Amino acid sequence: MTSMSLAKALNAGLRNTLDTDSKTLIMGEDVGRLGGVFRVTDGLQKDFGEHRVIDTPLAESGIIGTAIGLAMRGYRPICEIQFDGFVYPAYDQIVSQLAKIHYRSQGQVKLPVVIRIPYGGGIGAVEHHSESPEAYFVHTAGLKVVTCSNPADGYTMIQQAVASDDPVIFFEPKRRYWEKGEVPDDVPAADWYPLHAARVVRPGTDATLVGYGPMVRTLLESAEAATEDGRDLEVIDLRTLSPLDLEAVYASVERTGRLIVVHEAPGTLGMGAEIAARVTERCFYSLEAPVLRVTGYDTPYPPSRLEDDYLPDLDRVLDAVDRSFGF
Amino acid sequence: MSESVPDHPRPLGEARSLGEAGTAERGFVQLLTPEGERVHDSDYDVELTDAEYRGFFRDLVLVRRIDAEATALQRQGQLGLWASLLGQEAAQIGSGRALRAQDMAFPTYREHGVAWCRGVDPLHALRMFRGVDLGAADPHAHNFAMYAIVIGAQCLHATGYAMGIQKDGQVGGDDGQAVIAYLGDGATSQGDVNEAFVWAAAFTAPVVFFCQNNQYAISAPTDRQTRVPLYQRAAGFGFPGIRVDGNDVLATYAVTRQALDDARHGQGPSFIEAFTYRMGAHTTSDDPTRYRIAAELEEWRLRDPIERLRSFLVRQQIADQGFFDEIDAEADALAAQVRAGCLALPEPTPESLFDNVYAGEHGALQEQRETFLAYQSEFLASDAETERSTVPGREGSRR
Ligand SMILES: Cc1ncc(C[n+]2csc(CCOP(=O)(O)OP(=O)(O)O)c2C)c(N)n1
Repeated sequence: MTSMSLAKALNAGLRNTLDTDSKTLIMGEDVGRLGGVFRVTDGLQKDFGEHRVIDTPLAESGIIGTAIGLAMRGYRPICEIQFDGFVYPAYDQIVSQLAKIHYRSQGQVKLPVVIRIPYGGGIGAVEHHSESPEAYFVHTAGLKVVTCSNPADGYTMIQQAVASDDPVIFFEPKRRYWEKGEVPDDVPAADWYPLHAARVVRPGTDATLVGYGPMVRTLLESAEAATEDGRDLEVIDLRTLSPLDLEAVYASVERTGRLIVVHEAPGTLGMGAEIAARVTERCFYSLEAPVLRVTGYDTPYPPSRLEDDYLPDLDRVLDAVDRSFGF
Repeated sequence: MSESVPDHPRPLGEARSLGEAGTAERGFVQLLTPEGERVHDSDYDVELTDAEYRGFFRDLVLVRRIDAEATALQRQGQLGLWASLLGQEAAQIGSGRALRAQDMAFPTYREHGVAWCRGVDPLHALRMFRGVDLGAADPHAHNFAMYAIVIGAQCLHATGYAMGIQKDGQVGGDDGQAVIAYLGDGATSQGDVNEAFVWAAAFTAPVVFFCQNNQYAISAPTDRQTRVPLYQRAAGFGFPGIRVDGNDVLATYAVTRQALDDARHGQGPSFIEAFTYRMGAHTTSDDPTRYRIAAELEEWRLRDPIERLRSFLVRQQIADQGFFDEIDAEADALAAQVRAGCLALPEPTPESLFDNVYAGEHGALQEQRETFLAYQSEFLASDAETERSTVPGREGSRR
């Protein structure tokens, strides 16, 4: 166990993948000498060389398109998209090519490509640097989509993602990059929590809060605050968005009877919509109140001076909890 | 250069090759050496009055001061971010002053000097970088489009706009219109930019692509984007490309004016590579010591665009100390004005989140806005209550 920030934990995880498999490559804008704008790849080019850690030209479609070719040639590219809002130039390569080639080739072509995307708001950034585009990718068959919320998961999940034979979109909550936590760097990979499994991160009895990535900490803080009101809230970190693992959520809702889903992305057709529908189908008779959502609004991500109004926070989560209990 | 004006677009392949003569021995078009000596170029010469020379100097100094003040404001936490133009003043002022009122400019996020030339309030850029808006502006007010953050996107917009000019029949004469699209050396790798080149060439669009090769795209040096000098790439798309000393305001002015003139006369697109250097960080959140060496910086400091014009003005006795003092005083006043203006920028109201998402009505969003407002007022009411009996668990609350 070592205490480190999420950025450092991801760096350590990436370092392990480069160390153990000579076919892994890191590629992206400024990932080499600079170590990435968030320093997630810091020092890796120095230690593994320019052939393993590649500063690419400034072209996202190029990054993903060439990664597809490299993967066909037996490599395992780990691509970095510098910010969430810059994944769209690569969108065509991701959804039309990367996601579909395994299916089209009837399983003959595997594309073990990981696409790391720092995402979400809360850091006072300018336009295009705070988006939560996960739903676009979850909606696309053929892609796996995961997101970590803490250093321990960052460390293991990135390595599991690289080991996956499917393309994985790996969302990193940029506003949590600097938060520290214990990282189990001495636990063998076989004992790691599975990549495609949600996790109860705080057990509770009165209502269930579900979130992922940057929101998990907000949910934990909300649950902590709710104890002042005498409420014991369960918090579930979804971790995997595609496949979506709702078993833990069903079990939880069957005990608590109340569910609040929270994410930064706009609500309409977001992850919350899917979860609400599924939980309603499965747990209808256990529900004491409708499934509620706390999400970003259906607007573009606003200028940074308004992001506190846009982003779900402790107050909005607790307000939803109150509403749930009001039914 | 005198050139007969064709009344129809020049067929591809016949496109004039811009400025090869003057370029040959220096590698780029230059009219003012780093020492401030006026040199001549057979293709690109300009005749300027003393007042015009002084005007260029004033522009360079003032935009450098606006930039320095914005950098300071960012350091003091007043701006979320700032993209400095330090070192690129000549490229921006030279090209910006070459534009005529009727021309349209499509900037990136760094064109504060071009904005200045277009008469845009310096606070405009500060609003975006402070995060009070997303760069809101009417592009037609000053014929200056909004800043583009997604690399290269504006090149296609510029090309489409130029096609519109063409369809409107506003090319082919001295009063014709032209478009200039700004981009960086890194941007030349983007698909959008290459598509813009293809379209501009295919439709002989009146657009000038003005690339400030400041040697880096964040940390990536230009050779990570290209193996041939950038200006040479234009030939492959079928239009002329030219390299100009980007730290020489006279040369960038002369070359851009010519290219715009060609465009407005129906000769189609061209590409200008202004060879310059970014003296500061990529943005205020970047650490350039990780990827470039101090010696390089020193070398470029000797080619400073302001110092070379100052030497020229002094040498030619076009300006005296009184003039320089006057400009410095003006810069000080402008900086103070920018600072005060920045601090006084009004905060957006929370419910403005929902404004202008659509041009028309959108019932679902209207509903969200009402829920939001109800929540806010309910919250404010309950907040007044809790003020009396503070709930400790909610100390992290923002209100
Ligand atoms: C599509 C896209 N990808 C990545 C970025 C992040 N980014 C911002 S500026 C920049 C470098 C741009 O370099 P260049 O085009 O040379 O212009 P400069 O900033 O040097 O003026 C990068 C990679 C972006 N804004 N847009």
